[in-house]
Amino acid sequence: MAHDASYSAHDFKSVGTRPVRPDGIDKVTGRARYGADFNMPGQLVGRILRSPHAHARIRKIDTSKAEKLKGVKAVLTAADLPDLTDGDVAFHDILDNCMARGRALYDGHAVAAVAAIDARTAREALKLIAVDYEVLPHVTEIDEAIKSSAHVVREHVSTGSVDPELNMPPNTTKRSEFGHGDIEAGFRKAEVVVEGSYRTEQAHQGYIEPHACVASVNSDGTGELWVCTQGHFAFRHFCARLLGMDVSKLRVTSSEIGGGFGGKTHVWIEPVALALSRKAGRPVKLVMSREEVFRASGPTSATSIDVKIGATKDGRITAASATLRFSCGPYAGSWAELGAMTAFACYDLENVRTVGFDVLVNRPKTAAYRAPSAPMAAFAVESAIDDLARKIGIDALELRIRNAAKEGTKSSYGPVYGPIGIGPTLEAAKNHPHMKAPLGKNQGRGVACGFWFNFGGQTCTDLNIGADGTVTLAVGTVDVGGSRASLSLVAVEELGIPYGQVKTVVADTGTLGYNDTTEGSRGTFSSSMAAIFAVRNAIQVLRERAAKMWDIPVDDVVWEDGHAKARGKGHGNLPRLSLKQIAEAAVNTGGPIAGHSEIVADGAGVSFTTHICDIEIDPETGGTKVLRYTVIQDAGKAVHPTYVEGQYQGAAAQGIGWALNEEYVYGKDGRLQNPGFLDYRIPVCSDLPMIDTEILEIPNPNHPYGIRGVGETSIVPPLAAVANAVSNAVGVRMTHIPMSPPRILAALAAERVG
Amino acid sequence: MSGIAVSTTINGDAVEFLCQAEETLLDVLRDRLGLTGAKEGCGTGDCGACSVIVDGRLVCACLVLGAEAEGSSIETIEGMADGDKLHPLQEKFLEHAALQCGVCTPGFLMAAKDLLTRNPDPTEEEIRFGLAGNLCRCTGYDKIVRAVQDAARVMKGA
Repeated sequence: MAHDASYSAHDFKSVGTRPVRPDGIDKVTGRARYGADFNMPGQLVGRILRSPHAHARIRKIDTSKAEKLKGVKAVLTAADLPDLTDGDVAFHDILDNCMARGRALYDGHAVAAVAAIDARTAREALKLIAVDYEVLPHVTEIDEAIKSSAHVVREHVSTGSVDPELNMPPNTTKRSEFGHGDIEAGFRKAEVVVEGSYRTEQAHQGYIEPHACVASVNSDGTGELWVCTQGHFAFRHFCARLLGMDVSKLRVTSSEIGGGFGGKTHVWIEPVALALSRKAGRPVKLVMSREEVFRASGPTSATSIDVKIGATKDGRITAASATLRFSCGPYAGSWAELGAMTAFACYDLENVRTVGFDVLVNRPKTAAYRAPSAPMAAFAVESAIDDLARKIGIDALELRIRNAAKEGTKSSYGPVYGPIGIGPTLEAAKNHPHMKAPLGKNQGRGVACGFWFNFGGQTCTDLNIGADGTVTLAVGTVDVGGSRASLSLVAVEELGIPYGQVKTVVADTGTLGYNDTTEGSRGTFSSSMAAIFAVRNAIQVLRERAAKMWDIPVDDVVWEDGHAKARGKGHGNLPRLSLKQIAEAAVNTGGPIAGHSEIVADGAGVSFTTHICDIEIDPETGGTKVLRYTVIQDAGKAVHPTYVEGQYQGAAAQGIGWALNEEYVYGKDGRLQNPGFLDYRIPVCSDLPMIDTEILEIPNPNHPYGIRGVGETSIVPPLAAVANAVSNAVGVRMTHIPMSPPRILAALAAERVG
Repeated sequence: MSGIAVSTTINGDAVEFLCQAEETLLDVLRDRLGLTGAKEGCGTGDCGACSVIVDGRLVCACLVLGAEAEGSSIETIEGMADGDKLHPLQEKFLEHAALQCGVCTPGFLMAAKDLLTRNPDPTEEEIRFGLAGNLCRCTGYDKIVRAVQDAARVMKGA
């Protein structure tokens, strides 16, 4: 049955409450099973050998000694993974990244793998694999990679455009361009112009659970994969295609996931584990070490961005432009494109133009990281906006309010906005007590705003009613932070029953139709829409069954407060039937009662947020302390407000870490110098204050309850909010993220000289 | 292949196991004894996800050898609840949504239990420094600190 997805006002009973999550007890008692917590009978231990070189030709791999070691059941190289990608460049890149094919392209690139009876034997076997490398020149720094003298990372990568291709510097690819109006005319109208160049270093998502899986492939071509992933259906698709398996014969179960933030949307070890299992004829468990996680999975782009903004003296922006260079590792992505789309999305601009390039470097493949590419673009633009305000002589928040996008604005990346939250979040910031709190010596305050698209996508959901009237909601979107609680709330809201009567589970790929990955803040948005429709389909069945029990026309049965009620003349004396009563009678009225829903959840409402940060600088050490932090974000409708707050706080904390400390450090030898949590320092509890949140609710017109995705947007402003705070504290514009103590001391020294 | 025979008490029960010399206590708990509540986030003592209490002292199980556990008494997350009755910290972590992905939660609960044993009435700053050996990437720590504050209040009143 087709259902109307448009928003209508509700008087919510369950949505908006804060019950305990259904998976909670398992997670506080240690019973929840994550990627590495699962085992299969007869399972082997897998390990991967990785390149110590940033760039090398693999002349030969001699595996004979490893194969002869007692207890080794399989040794794998690229030769065991034939190229089945049929000219599909994106798939070939995935295959090449999982196991180097002739050339190692970064420090940590997989070159071989083993499966053995235990960890000790597997470790020993790796040492016995002899790889003959011819070390080649490398480049790891983005600004070096685009110099005409730079070593070319991969010769055959297309720049992805025609006209400017001839003049593209080496290693640039995937040129993209967005904007509208006449940018030159806009700058001619400007009375004040600011320009700046900004750098951000590469950061890792830093999920606490390393990648882990257990793979089992049988001789009949069937297989199973247990894996921590944000998208088990996508993983099934990738793995089946790379290994030449039938999609439906590979059953993928998503474990509990110990953080992903985009990093678990890509396959890394899973095709290798399946190939090892196929070769060994036994299940294989493969778990990355933390060092492998840093060297070979995940990081976001390093960036180099130029911004120019012009305005009239009364604070109206007349033109805005940016050139954005995003590192992508050795494989092209769409990273600069996302930066170019989001850079100016908060503003109502007559003339705007952005150009993005991906830049190839000998570093790990860039992966999605929460609102991928938007934080760096926002850092550059929101820094320039602050500079513009200072130059004009008006308040930076006021400048943002004057130029904020609104309903009807043509966005800088094309579409025209519906009802949006940028203006309301800015106004809420202006009126927030935080903005009026006094600041002390060496302290500064910064404000920045941010945008993220949000995504909907393919979604399939089943709702099954048990014989006792309890309900199972089976979804295919992996729960990364409490969505089973919010989806239960939506289901009970729609059914009109108590929260405890529904259990939401994440189904495996063998028991539910295809679902897109939990990415783009789509989990609660899309699965709640699918759940609402599944409930409505189930209610249709429940009404039919009640009609049968009463022997009256179905049109005379309505569903209210969890009960079927008869309406109309002649039915006045019929007592209402509960869900339980109808379920108990199901065996005699037509069998099991269920509701299904298969949709493309279009209309994910765009999301905006404004952040306020207070910071104190120690001028002796360059150290920083975040004193106070406030997040104001539009949720459309907060289904479980505590978990919405949690998303805002967690994203802000990740952004603060990125702004102040987190950074991939490569040596001249092209090797990663800090592949561990000791030297790649994410925020700890004593680094942060409480993070205040304010949830605004501007309904998304394209969701029955007005829900928008909330997971990503709040990582967009922190780089800029913190940078603006530090810049205000030290009196000089900070242009390089992270603002680690040496960079702050250098800025202070420059200020004293200047 | 011979192993080292080790006798311990785990969550009040006598437990004996064989392990190799290089195996950590974390390897033993997870791979030999099926106690997978302690997680390996780093293997180098930086993340605290494998926190357990050995003879009354909070340790990273990845930094202790299995063989070193001979004669010791070990508390893990699996022993924190009293049967069906959750520990106040477990209750408050659920109530305050002090977990999102939950993979750091067992370590945080063990560290928080150890903190409240040593300091039943900690300030916010003492909680923040007391838990600084445990990494959480999801929550920004706000709700974890509030849950521990609330649990401390409840436990004092009990």
